Amino acid sequence: MKRRFILEGLGCANCAAKIEMAINKLDGVKEATVNFMTQRLVVEGEDEKMPAIIQAAEKIVKSIEPDTIMKRA
Amino acid sequence: MKKRLWRIIIGAVFFAAAMAINIDIGWLKTEWYKTALYLISYIVVGGDVAVRALKNIFKGKVFDENFLMTVATIGAMIIAEYPEGVAVMLFYQVGELFQSYAVDKSRKSIASLMDIRPDYANVKRGNELIKVDPYDVRVGDIIVIKAGEKIPLDGRVIEGSSMIDTSSLTGESIPREVEAGSEILSGCININGVITAEVTKEFEESTVSKILDLVENAGSRKSHSEKFITKFAMYYMPIVVGIAVLLAIIPPLVIKGATLSDWVYRALSFLVVSCPCALVISIPLSFFGGIGGASKKGILVKGSNYLEALAKAEIMVFDKTGTLTKGVFNVQEIHPEGVSREELIELAAYAESYSNHPISNSLKKAYGREIDSGRVKNIEEISGHGVIATIDERKIAAGNVKLMRKLNILCPSVEVDGTVIHIAVDSLYAGYIVIADEIKADSVQAIKELKKASIKQTVMLTGDTKNVASKVARVLGIDKVYSELLPGDKVEKVEELFLQKSAKGKLAFVGDGINDAPVLARADIGIAMGGLGSDAAIEAADIVIMTDEPSKIPTAMRISKRTLGIANQNIMFAIGIKFLVLALSALGITNMWMAIFADVGVTIIAILNSFRALNVRNL
Repeated sequence: MKRRFILEGLGCANCAAKIEMAINKLDGVKEATVNFMTQRLVVEGEDEKMPAIIQAAEKIVKSIEPDTIMKRA
Repeated sequence: MKKRLWRIIIGAVFFAAAMAINIDIGWLKTEWYKTALYLISYIVVGGDVAVRALKNIFKGKVFDENFLMTVATIGAMIIAEYPEGVAVMLFYQVGELFQSYAVDKSRKSIASLMDIRPDYANVKRGNELIKVDPYDVRVGDIIVIKAGEKIPLDGRVIEGSSMIDTSSLTGESIPREVEAGSEILSGCININGVITAEVTKEFEESTVSKILDLVENAGSRKSHSEKFITKFAMYYMPIVVGIAVLLAIIPPLVIKGATLSDWVYRALSFLVVSCPCALVISIPLSFFGGIGGASKKGILVKGSNYLEALAKAEIMVFDKTGTLTKGVFNVQEIHPEGVSREELIELAAYAESYSNHPISNSLKKAYGREIDSGRVKNIEEISGHGVIATIDERKIAAGNVKLMRKLNILCPSVEVDGTVIHIAVDSLYAGYIVIADEIKADSVQAIKELKKASIKQTVMLTGDTKNVASKVARVLGIDKVYSELLPGDKVEKVEELFLQKSAKGKLAFVGDGINDAPVLARADIGIAMGGLGSDAAIEAADIVIMTDEPSKIPTAMRISKRTLGIANQNIMFAIGIKFLVLALSALGITNMWMAIFADVGVTIIAILNSFRALNVRNL
């Protein structure tokens, strides 16, 4: 399944790339993309693991860009 | 952002004061208060960076821009290079501020494009008009759109007439006239009259939602340049930092007479240049500008990768009907044999009555009367041939020469510029009807411009006869034509054409989205024309051209080429300057001021350059 999020306050392009890389390494993620310009995160992953993926992704976002808020789009 | 600006200004004032004053004030020695002023300036400007760096160290993250800047600046101050230390931080912050301003501005320009989202719909309930959320409107509801309001959902006008501004969707500045019976699309603006319309699609299915979804999710697919630069950044920073460390330690130990502070200074310059942000930001900013600029022209691009690929297109394959031609057919000639003209057109119209194909529509239009569907039975469509149907207990066959041959009916070979429909009644030839389509006004110009824009081969695919196809191709100057294709053949032909392009070249297919979704998907770049209202096209295509004009394709190519050019300039320029400054710093030829330029100056120039991508007025 695919889930879309808005990363509000995403201000650094390199951090966006780091976030994307880190989420892609999570267990169960098929593909994750972070678009710095539109501040969007799209995660495609296995259905059962999705809640865990989202939780982990939130943690990653917080640790790389503390001022960014991850919201459902 | 304002707070940051003020901090930079105040810090800069202290910095300037420290630089300017050069005499002792009473018992205060110059060196002392100069240092104090530098420190104040540093804390005002860069305090937050240092704090963030510290926090990150505790989290175990060392390779971080904040950390590098802090080390570089504090390091410079430790070796008593105060002006450099503070200046690096000051300019770093200016660069950051400029970056966030640029990104903000670019995001806003796209947001203004997304201003097509309607906030409410006026729904008629009984005799009352109520304002509701467009989400809550159902198909069949009656909505009223007043002058100046956005059309909230797709529908059909049932009352009133008005001029409609479609520019936000199509880039077309001339308003369109609508009256009872016209289809209206959400996202357009009603200019003058009041119109009442019946809703034909729910909000999620309406054009405005489709387009918003497309624009908002554009760019989830990244271009090669973007991927390259993020990869580059991944290795660049640690390598530069590593070299900086070695540079500070090894030469003073190995080279005779080398002073530690000299080499530390060189190493610190490295740290200043090590931040890859300028590179990383200017590339997506360029592509985003290009995508935004294209959408201003009514060209929606689904991702940076497609914009990039379009610049490398070598072979451009076109569908004929509805793409290069208007797709509006008209009966031009009627040649009956043994029946009357009226009867021939009646039989043809009835035989094709079930179909919505443009050809059948033109027959129905020429017949001009209601079709009594009870008279038609046993319809059998033979793909690529025509139809056989029973009308009033007579067996009617209507189609091309292939159909007649298949049924063993003798028919004349007709050489005309148009589609010929032969009709047979009970296996006896009854004559033919010629239907012709018109070439779009800007098709010739489009093909000409594409050839100028490095397209090596233009190809046209059509289900139409050889005669019609080759005439259209001749008029347009198309290199290669494949005619009389069945729908399934198109994919096969495209596969063949793939073998003719160079390894790096791309193949683009342009269609109107009707029947050619598989080809749109198979091509490197699928371009759908007249995307308004056709869901299948919007789904399957990579680039959607909102208007019916083929001349938008060369425009898209020019935008694509320029965007790619700007992105490449930025990559070359930024990497070039950074490497140059790194080399010069290692040799000790340059100083930290140069390093600041290589970091902040390059960022600002690259960002300003990327802004050019948004300006498409002359493309």
